[in-house]
Formats: sequence, C-alpha cells, structure tokens
Amino acid sequence: MSEIISSTRQEFVDPNSPLLEIIDLDVAFKSAQGRDVPAVRKANLVVYPGQTVAIVGESGSGKSTTAHAIIDLLPGTGRVTGGQILFEGRDLTKLPAKEFVGIRGDAIGLVPQDPMSNLNPVWKIGYQVAEALKANGRAKGAEAKRQAAQLLTEAGLGDAERRLKQYPHEFSGGMRQRTLIAIGLAARPKLLIADEPTSALDVTVQRQILDHLETLTTELGTAVLLITHDLGLAAERAEHLVVMYRGQVVESGPAREILRDPQHPYTRRLVASAPSLASRRADTAAARAEVVERAEQVADAAAQEGGTLAAEAASGPAAAAVTDDVLTIENLTKVYKIRGAGPRAAEFKAVDDVSFTVRRGTTTAVVGESGSGKSTLAQMVLRLQTPTAGRVLFDGVDVNGFDRKAQFAFRRRVQPIFQNPYGSLDPTYSIYRTIEEPLRLHRVGDKRSREATVREMLDRVSLPSSVMRRYPNELSGGQRQRVAIARALALRPEVVVCDEAVSALDVLVQAQILALLSELQAELGLTYLFITHDLAVVRQIADRVCVMQSGTLVEHADTETVFEHPQQEYTQALLNAIPGAGLVLSGDR
Amino acid sequence: MSETALRAAQTRFVADLEETPLATTDQVDESTPPGGLWLEAWRTLRRRPLFIISSVIILFLIVLALFPGLFATQDPTHCELQNSLLGSTSGHPFGFDVQGCDIYSRVVYGARASVSVGVLSTAITVLVGGVIGALAGFYGGWLDAVLARLTDIFFSVPLLLGAITCMQAFPDKTVWVVALVLAVFGWPQVARIMRGSVLSVRNAEYVTAATALGASRAKNLLRHVLPNAIAPVIVIATVSLGAFIGAEATLSFLGIGLNPATTVSWGGDINQAQNVLRSNPSVLLYPAAALSLTVLSFIMLGDAVREALDPKSRKR
Repeated sequence: MSEIISSTRQEFVDPNSPLLEIIDLDVAFKSAQGRDVPAVRKANLVVYPGQTVAIVGESGSGKSTTAHAIIDLLPGTGRVTGGQILFEGRDLTKLPAKEFVGIRGDAIGLVPQDPMSNLNPVWKIGYQVAEALKANGRAKGAEAKRQAAQLLTEAGLGDAERRLKQYPHEFSGGMRQRTLIAIGLAARPKLLIADEPTSALDVTVQRQILDHLETLTTELGTAVLLITHDLGLAAERAEHLVVMYRGQVVESGPAREILRDPQHPYTRRLVASAPSLASRRADTAAARAEVVERAEQVADAAAQEGGTLAAEAASGPAAAAVTDDVLTIENLTKVYKIRGAGPRAAEFKAVDDVSFTVRRGTTTAVVGESGSGKSTLAQMVLRLQTPTAGRVLFDGVDVNGFDRKAQFAFRRRVQPIFQNPYGSLDPTYSIYRTIEEPLRLHRVGDKRSREATVREMLDRVSLPSSVMRRYPNELSGGQRQRVAIARALALRPEVVVCDEAVSALDVLVQAQILALLSELQAELGLTYLFITHDLAVVRQIADRVCVMQSGTLVEHADTETVFEHPQQEYTQALLNAIPGAGLVLSGDR
Repeated sequence: MSETALRAAQTRFVADLEETPLATTDQVDESTPPGGLWLEAWRTLRRRPLFIISSVIILFLIVLALFPGLFATQDPTHCELQNSLLGSTSGHPFGFDVQGCDIYSRVVYGARASVSVGVLSTAITVLVGGVIGALAGFYGGWLDAVLARLTDIFFSVPLLLGAITCMQAFPDKTVWVVALVLAVFGWPQVARIMRGSVLSVRNAEYVTAATALGASRAKNLLRHVLPNAIAPVIVIATVSLGAFIGAEATLSFLGIGLNPATTVSWGGDINQAQNVLRSNPSVLLYPAAALSLTVLSFIMLGDAVREALDPKSRKR
C-alpha cells in the first residue's frame, strides 16, 4: 500500500488555502415549458485540503445537485446559472468540457450512491478498476492490473487477485461499494465526493465501509465532500457541516457546534427529529409509557364489549376469546427451496424456529439486517405466506387453520403497512377509491357511510379531504404513507404490521409519521408489529424488541433493556453501528 | 483548533430566516388540478400535434365508413364500360377506373370495408389475446406453460401466410370472415404483450396490499392488475389496427380477400388498377393514397399514445 501512496503527486499543499470554494452557486433545471426552475440558490461552501465536509439535507434539498455541479455531471437539463466553483483557484464553471475530463477522476473522484447500478454488469471487476487507472493515465497494461489489485486490497477487499476476475453480480452490496471506492480513489484525487455512499447498505456494513474510507482518505490526505441525509452520520464523520434546505444553505459550521446549538429553525427541527441522536431518549420513554397505557385501556374496553365489529363478524374459530397476547408466534419456520440442479437443490431457512408473543396495545419491533428473515416473518403473520413449520396464533387460534370465511374475517383484524409508499398504492385508484376499497371488499355500510368513513380516516391521518379526488402520483412519499395508513385503518383492525413503514421517508416526515402512528395507537388501541432495519427508529416507537440474525431470533427483550444492556454481541454491533450513536453532546440535558 | 481559526470562510454561518422561509413539512400541494394517470395522459395527448392530426383523420374515416352517402352521391357499383379510364369530369373529381366506375365514390365507400375489418379484428385480438395473456401471466404455473406454448405456435405462423392459406377455406368472403381469419393469426402478439405486462404488475406491493385487505385472486386481477397492465396493449392495439387494414387490403389485392363483386375495398381497386399502371397511374393513386393515409394515421396515433402512456414521462 505504501508504494501506491508514495506515488501520489508530491506538491506543496497549503492547508490554509481552500481546495474547493463554492461561491453563490445557482443551479437550475429547465422545465417542460422551458422555464428555469432553480434547484440550488446562492450556495456557499468551502473545503480545505484533507478535510471532511458533509452536506446534509432531505431529498430535493439540492445536496446532490450541488455535488454534481462541481464535477459537471448535472443530469438532463440542469446547468449552473450563476456563481463560481473554485477548485485550487480555477473556476470550474468556466472550464471547457475537454479540460474537465482531466479534472474528473484525476483531481476530483466520485463515489456514487447506488452500488448495485454503478458497476457495469458485463465487465469483470478488474477491468473496471484498471479502466479508471488507464483513463487517468496512471498506469497501463500489466502495471494497471497490478495496481488494480493493490487498490482493491487498499479498499479492504481480501484476495484481490481472485476478486479482479469476478463479475459484479458475484459481489455483495458492501463489496461493490468498496470497489467503487477503489475506483474513486484510483487516480489519487485531492477531493473525493461521496454521494450517499452507504445509504443502500446495512448499518454494520455501512460502519465498516465508512471507517475504512476515513482511514484511507486520512492516509492519502484526500479531502472528502460527503453528501448524506443522515445528520447523525454527517456529524460523526465530518468536521464541518453544511445544512441545505430547499436549494439553499441554511446553516453551516463545525459539526459539534451545529448539533449542540442549532440556530436556524430548520436545523433545529432536523436535530430534534434525527432518530439517531441521543438527546431524545428520556422524553421518548415517558411518552411511550403513556401511549401504551391509553392503548391498553381502549383495547381492553373493546375486548370487554365482546370484541369489535370485526370480531362479531368472524364466526367459528376466529371469534374465540380475546386474550392479552394478541399474537403468539410459536417455533415459526420458513424454508425456501433454492432452485438448483436436481437432487442438489439446496434449502434455505429464511426464518428458523422463531417464537415470541405480542401483547395487545403495545409495539413489538422486529429488527434485523437485510436477509435476516424479518420480512418473511411479517408475511407469515399476515398470512401472505404459509409457514413450513410452527404456528402463528391470533387470539389463541392458529391462523393457518382458517377456512376461507375465517380468513376473510382475519384480514379485517390484521392489516399491513408496507415500506414503499410509491409501490403500495395502486396508481390507477384515486385516494378516495384506495381508502374505500377495504370497506367495499368487506361490504361495510352503504355509499354514504363509506364516504363518511373515508373522510374521517383522512382526518385522522391529517390529510385535507380535498386529496380524495387526487391520485397517488400527485402526493409526496409521506402523504402516500398517510394514505396507506388510512387504508389499513379503515376496517378498524386490531393489529397493524408495519413492514419498514418509515424507512423510505425523509427524517422530518419520518418523525411525523412515527408520531402519527403513536397517536393512532393510543386512540384506537392498536397493536403494532414493527419490522425495521433501523434500530434508531425502534427506540422511538417500540416497547419490546426482537433482534433477528439470519433467520433466528437472537435477542428478545424490553426496548430499554436491549438498548442499555444488550446481551448478544450482534445486538451490540447493531447498536454501535447506528450513525451518531457514539456522539456525546456535552452541554446537553 | 488553531488551524480552524485561520480558515476564515468556514466559520459559523446561519442563513437569514427571511431568505429561507420554512414550509410546513410535507404540505399537500393543492395548487394543481387533480388528475390520475389517464387524465394526465389525456392532458399530454391533446397538446400533441401528432395526436391531433391522426385523430382528426381517423374520426373523419369513421364518419366516412358510417355514412358514405354524405360524401358521395354516385353509386360505387354503378359502372359503365363506356366511361372506362375517363379523366376527371364534373361530378367525378377522380375520374373513372377500368370498369368505368366512379373512383371518388369507390374510394369513399371503400373506407367502410377497411375500417370495419380493422376494428373487428383488433377487437377480437385484444379480447382473445388479452384474456389469454392475462391468465397466463397472472396465474403462471402449468396454465402459463400451456397458454404460452399455444401462443408460440400461432405466433410462429406469419400473419399473411396464415391468412392466405385460411381464406381458401371460406367460399363466402364477408367482412366477418376476413376479420376472423386475421384475428386468428394476430392475437398472439397481444397475448405476449399482455402476459409480460401482467407479469411486471402482479408482484406490485399494491396487489399484495389488496390481498391483505381480503381481495380474492380474481378480484385482484380485474381491479388492480388489468388496469395497470393495459397501457401497452392499448398502444399495440392502435398500431395493429393499421396493420390489419393493410393486411385486409393485401388479401383483397391478391384476390382472396373480400368478394369484389359485393364489397368495395381499396385493396381490390388497387388490384384492378395495377393493370393500367403505366397508362393511367392516377387510377391507382387514389385508393392507394387513401389506404396509406389510413394506415399511417393509426400508426401515428399509436406513437402518440405510447408517448403519453410512457411510465418514464409520468410525474413522480
């Protein structure tokens, strides 16, 4: 590794003269009508050599656009309409396209966002890394091959010689991201732009990769411009923060200072909503206790009345006695057959002997990384998949023993909310029709009473009733998720299974939706099974936590216990990987 | 820390609140009129010149097919040999063909055969192909295997070759027979597209959500999968309507299509005209131009609809 580092250009770098200086940058996109729509307005930021600066903002805040403007990679109709981008004193906005080729990769490297789509699937990894070396004139032929292997080793991929001969599909997401980092750093740029480099990865992998990136860039003296939506992550990794909101820089300064004492109202909101930041722990626990108490009261009252409407409608086994533990999962197992050659067809245990109970009126979170089997578990609870072994007991009755009629009644009492608000609403259904659908399916009420219910549901999820006539594509992600919640609640279910229900949302919206879910839980006495990969969110909403790792339940306890005294090494690792978890904000409550 | 002190431009900066006003988080935008996918597609469509031109022509053709009497006073089957190949005279703007029939009224009356064959065979293909494709795509398994093979068998026979062979079997060559024969060899294309489209939709989360709400498989297919999978079929149906009109003309041209004694058709007229192509090209010109214009407008319409329904151009 030392050999490569020594080949870095030995130039005198004045640490006190800015490497990158963005002055009053304006970027606009041309709309279909030919008007300029501003995406970035009067943005200023400075990066010094060897420094890490983070741009933080929600989607649409202009953070990525700013980064792409620096290396002249604005998509589509975007262009810089004003201001300067000074890199080592040269204005990049006035640079002819030909000269820009020399800057990209050579002086400014880029680690793109999505490791899945940013490697060409038809070329071997070795070719793609060597290409980066060749394009920037760093090495040729056999020498390029040798250096490519070194770069991969450097990026933390063992057995580099063999890895070079593999194709991207043979790599995991983390390995691909490491490859992209190797490519980004291939020409030893002075500045590396990392655009959400780890957003698509599991937290533990994210931590490893960011740690590695940090070590690497420190050794090489590369400055990093980190683009992220995660305030905790930004504060942990960067010395200097730039907070962007609707195309403008609203606040910038030393990371710690901003977290400790946010000045702009937007930054204050952001700091208050960031689930990963430690400051809210005490309030959340108290608020949760209150929610659960109210929810249990409502649920008990409903139970004593002889059950809800749904329970009445359900005949046969589903109408059995209402119990305290609304859901009991017993030795649940799901085995998938992996398609293979004949007798060698392998078996894959997605869920392996999982047992736990869910108390009425509480929230149980199932946490795990991708592939841990948490979504399969949710699908089995919803009866969308049949378990290979084990039982799911709903009010003491095995859901897999249901006949058609009992299942139909069961559907009314257990509802899902899915992760992707863009995918879970039918684009051809108006919002009214979407929320009315469950009522129509279960033949609840007449036309007028159904409309009243839809209005009430919209009101409950804080949407104006005027959205009834709109279609999903006209709403934002958060609004769609509200519609999905309204649809799920229209039939007054008792249990709601939230499968990554807030993962796709921006922090502020996420905080709103979580608050809404808590509120609804208290009002309607709901029981939540909350599937998520994000431990930080768990703290805000869950009473009990089940930690899953490759199909098995490794830890199951109260939220406080899991966070304060994790019993398992894996849980500990997950907790440590929450970005910003380690930040101690002195002067905080 | 002393280093940071020197870096003047990087001290704390807080934007003026006046310049960066806060919006309510996630407020509903009520400024735009509401509209669904179809409404939006229509809004894009009606501004496109390609769509306007082609739909005006097609509307005109439909009127022509329904009420040819409005446009031509002459009987197209009233022919006098003495008028054979006469040039244009008053009342006969296009002149006369070999048999001495009025070309103008034959062109006008020919629209009916073309349009009805096109519409009928498209309707049959969409119905048959759509149902087969949707069932195969949605239910999968053995049903898919059987239906997909069946589709492949029909797909392997070229439309015209199959039609030419089949037409021999029917002594009475009416519009219905031609439409049916064309549809028999035309449906696999629709079935394939429908199947692919249904496959891409059936695993969407809103379908799972509807299942969890208690919707049955059949209800799911009808209410969620079909409406979302139909767009590509509409596009292909529009384009193939033009293609069927062309195929009908080809069959008539070959003399095995519509019975020339009872039905006026452009293809048949083109066949008649080719004998005098060298001496009187205008006899060929009019029916040929009418045919080209018709086929072209359906293809243009298909293109415009495709663009309007393109998921990439949809607002996110």
